[in-house]
Amino acid sequence: MTLIPLGIPRRLLEFTIDGEPVRAPEGSTILDACRSVGKDVPTLCQGDTLTPKNACRVCVVEVEGSRTLVPACSRKAEAGMQVQTDSERARHSRKIVLELLASSVDLSTTPEVAGWLKEYEAKPDRFGPDAARLNEEPKVDNDLYVRDYDKCILCYKCVDACGDQWQNTFAISVTGRGFDARIAVEHDAPLTDSACVYCGNCIEVCPTGALSFKSEFDMRAAGTWDEPAQTETTTVCAYCGVGCNLTLHVQDNEIVKVTSPHDNPVTHGNLCIKGRFGYQHVQNRD
Amino acid sequence: MDLRFGDSKPTDEEREAVDALLGPPESSWEGADRSDADLRWARGGRAARERRDLLLPGLHAVNDRIGWISEGALDYLCRRLTVPPAEAYGVATFYAMFSVKPRPATVLHVCTDLACAAAGASELCAGVEARLGLGSGVSVERSPCLGLCERAPAALAVKAGDPVRTAVSAPATVERAVLAASSPDSAPEEPSAALAVPQAGQAGREELVLLSRVGVVDPASLDDYRAQGGYTALRQAFAIGPAGVIREVTDAGLVGRGGAAFPTGRKWQATASGPDRPHYLVCNADESEPGTFKDRVVMEGDPYSLVEAMTIAGYAVGAHKGYLYLRGEYPRALERMEHAIGQARARGLLGDDVLGQGYAFDIEMRRGAGAYICGEETALFNSIEGYRGEPRSKPPFPVEKGLFGKPTAENNVETLVNVLPILTMGAQAYAAIGTGKSTGPKLFCVSGSVDRPGIYELPFGATLGELLDLAGVRKRLRAVLLGGAAGGFVRPDELDIPLTFEGTREAGTTLGSGVVLAFDDTVPLPRLLLRIAEFFRDESCGQCVPCRVGTVRQEEALHRIVDRTGAEAASDIALLREVGRAMKDASICGLGQTAWNAVESAIDRLGAYE
Ligand SMILES: Cc1cc2nc3c(=O)[nH]c(=O)nc-3n(C[C@H](O)[C@H](O)[C@H](O)COP(=O)(O)O)c2cc1C
Ligand code: SF4
Ligand code: SF4
Ligand code: SF4
Ligand code: FES
Ligand code: FES
Repeated sequence: MTLIPLGIPRRLLEFTIDGEPVRAPEGSTILDACRSVGKDVPTLCQGDTLTPKNACRVCVVEVEGSRTLVPACSRKAEAGMQVQTDSERARHSRKIVLELLASSVDLSTTPEVAGWLKEYEAKPDRFGPDAARLNEEPKVDNDLYVRDYDKCILCYKCVDACGDQWQNTFAISVTGRGFDARIAVEHDAPLTDSACVYCGNCIEVCPTGALSFKSEFDMRAAGTWDEPAQTETTTVCAYCGVGCNLTLHVQDNEIVKVTSPHDNPVTHGNLCIKGRFGYQHVQNRD
Repeated sequence: MDLRFGDSKPTDEEREAVDALLGPPESSWEGADRSDADLRWARGGRAARERRDLLLPGLHAVNDRIGWISEGALDYLCRRLTVPPAEAYGVATFYAMFSVKPRPATVLHVCTDLACAAAGASELCAGVEARLGLGSGVSVERSPCLGLCERAPAALAVKAGDPVRTAVSAPATVERAVLAASSPDSAPEEPSAALAVPQAGQAGREELVLLSRVGVVDPASLDDYRAQGGYTALRQAFAIGPAGVIREVTDAGLVGRGGAAFPTGRKWQATASGPDRPHYLVCNADESEPGTFKDRVVMEGDPYSLVEAMTIAGYAVGAHKGYLYLRGEYPRALERMEHAIGQARARGLLGDDVLGQGYAFDIEMRRGAGAYICGEETALFNSIEGYRGEPRSKPPFPVEKGLFGKPTAENNVETLVNVLPILTMGAQAYAAIGTGKSTGPKLFCVSGSVDRPGIYELPFGATLGELLDLAGVRKRLRAVLLGGAAGGFVRPDELDIPLTFEGTREAGTTLGSGVVLAFDDTVPLPRLLLRIAEFFRDESCGQCVPCRVGTVRQEEALHRIVDRTGAEAASDIALLREVGRAMKDASICGLGQTAWNAVESAIDRLGAYE
């Protein structure tokens, strides 16, 4: 039997979202409350398994009495708050943030962003042809995963997943500052010279595809990556007794990558190198 | 935490530099030779991690000795402190004064910021670079404001070694800057801090409150400080108790002088009543706002006043430890404050039993390493704690969760020093100075096109014109930048703006940290704006998108229109406005939120591109 911890009952806060009264348990973020009443706010850096760093600022909403906009993903709801999720002010900032991002990094593998660019009428081209871009070459330095920082929005999720929030390996960090800030291992070395244990938990949380399985990277390069054609099967990892759930992504009868369900109480989406990458024996049919 | 350290080894000198700070290592776990005990004992865990706040001093130790931080040195430091090397690398690369690539032992920082640019910094740079080319053993680096604006143009030479040597050259000529870099020991001594206070030599000096001792007291002598009335405020504080101090500060109407103008009494009250322990006091002496140099002059000219003021503030908020975070580019202020703290400690004015009153308080200094953003209060906490100097999102506010996650009162140097007259003259007499809402005396940093640049002390409420008259404003004034790079421009026909928080707000501008930079019409405005944009792009921490990318797009647009006006500039100005609005609205911290203010005001108030 699985025990689900209920915790102490939480007080309900009353406030309004877009003029409508809502109630949410104490401790909820504005984003939680919005989603619970079926209003979605776009998010990029927010992750369901991590404490939000609120760095991307696409989720900003207007809160009555606040001098600046506030990030819905991390600001806690308070009783009496009046929140506008879709005011002109909030929409303006979202549009600019999307334009700034799309003009500086490659968002082609970021889910949902194309739709938002349209919805907010963002025109990333208007900063001109000389607008600075990251222009990074993909870092292919091992057989398991590829780091393509040209797609990185610096959401800090990989750093948090590798560091004190999950893996406790601390192999990567943000280095430099401002527009020159990048994710890197110590001394900007190849991954193979770092503390990385190839658990792939950073890939699991990366929202843009900046981190990807080598298998996926190669198939994309070859034009054979076909997500709609893939099936997903969730099973239990056979390597050790912990009982992690694995989701096998299969295309043309080949495992192309392995993820783990984020709502699984054992893994919370995290795995180790064996569960994540050790699937070759399954398809070794000779 | 199971950390992996690389194979790179420190040189003997690097090891020595680190060990001089941390003491010799005890076991092979932290870099010593293996001993028998190591087979049974693993150093690590909680006890070791608690030393992470020594990371920044450790990086300084290596950088000071060698001039840059090698892989071996960084790894050794990480071993000693049990800090993951990737994180330490992220910290080392955050600060402008550190280098993780080899460079010459001597670095000459030449200021290219606003006041210096107006005083010929680009010719200075070109001249210095021509003399100190490759092979000269000096690396010439262009620097943001060095806080020496009253003596612009300015340069600072830092020569690594044991001990590190520094020399300031301001006003700098090519000759003098080159001399400072090539032999810092024989460079002429800096002029006295009193020279930065032009009022010192004028009639009416009796009326100075905050600056009364600068140029009068011997900054090295605690006895002289006491003879000049020092430590009467602390006695008064002990007489009325912590709650009494907070009441006086509140009744005096003191608001913060660091730029955000927050009521100090409220901040102290909230910190004092925080249930979590311990409490901390932090003095923000980062002072990196271009055009600001008041805190430097106070620390150089009257260092004990800050020691006393910090002790009072610590007592009021229930802190037993105060951190003084001083910007890395202030060698003389560092030396004077270290000396003053040492003397105060030796004489029982800091330590376990301050003045025999049973109250324990001590001050620890932390040196910044070239990052304007570390002046933001929460970024400063991260910097002290050994993390990247990135602002935290608020709430929670520092009074609740500040340094090391504990209730913390953080104040600017000038704010703290105001507490002395509040206690000696009483809240009412203090509040009678200035206006109803902006009480007390205020320090202004005047530089640029004036005959007598320096720090001026005036009661709040004097007008901008009165201040500029005192400083001897030159003819053909074109614009005044109020509040520094994060502030705004005003026109020469707006000199009757009263210098108060409410007066400047009403006039649609800001007082900020008290910067008044005057520009005559020889200064090309578009270039100036470009420099401001470049400053913010350089200094953005990079955490949030509106600021990280927005500051770059702002600089690009200003480049495009640097020689354009009217219709030719219109579409880029519209773009700037749109981006600026989002930066103001959606950035995490004050840096991104204010990065467009000065440019906006130049467009709207000065008609910069018309
Ligand atoms: C980017 C940025 C830089 C800042 N730099 C400084 C500084 O150098 N010195 C300072 O006292 N306050 C600085 N501040 C303001 C501090 O965050 C904080 O408000 C102040 O230290 C509080 O002290 P006060 O209440 O005594 O003014 C800065 C703020 C921002 C956003
Ligand atoms: S694979 Fe695991 S250990 Fe390696 S960087 Fe990613 S999270 Fe860290
Ligand atoms: S690599 Fe991915 S997870 Fe890491 S910061 Fe960049 S976008 Fe975020
Ligand atoms: S506004 Fe700029 S400096 Fe402040 S947190 Fe964001 S990126 Fe960093
Ligand atoms: S999702 Fe909220 S700031 Fe990124
Ligand atoms: S020292 Fe150069 S502008 Fe301040």
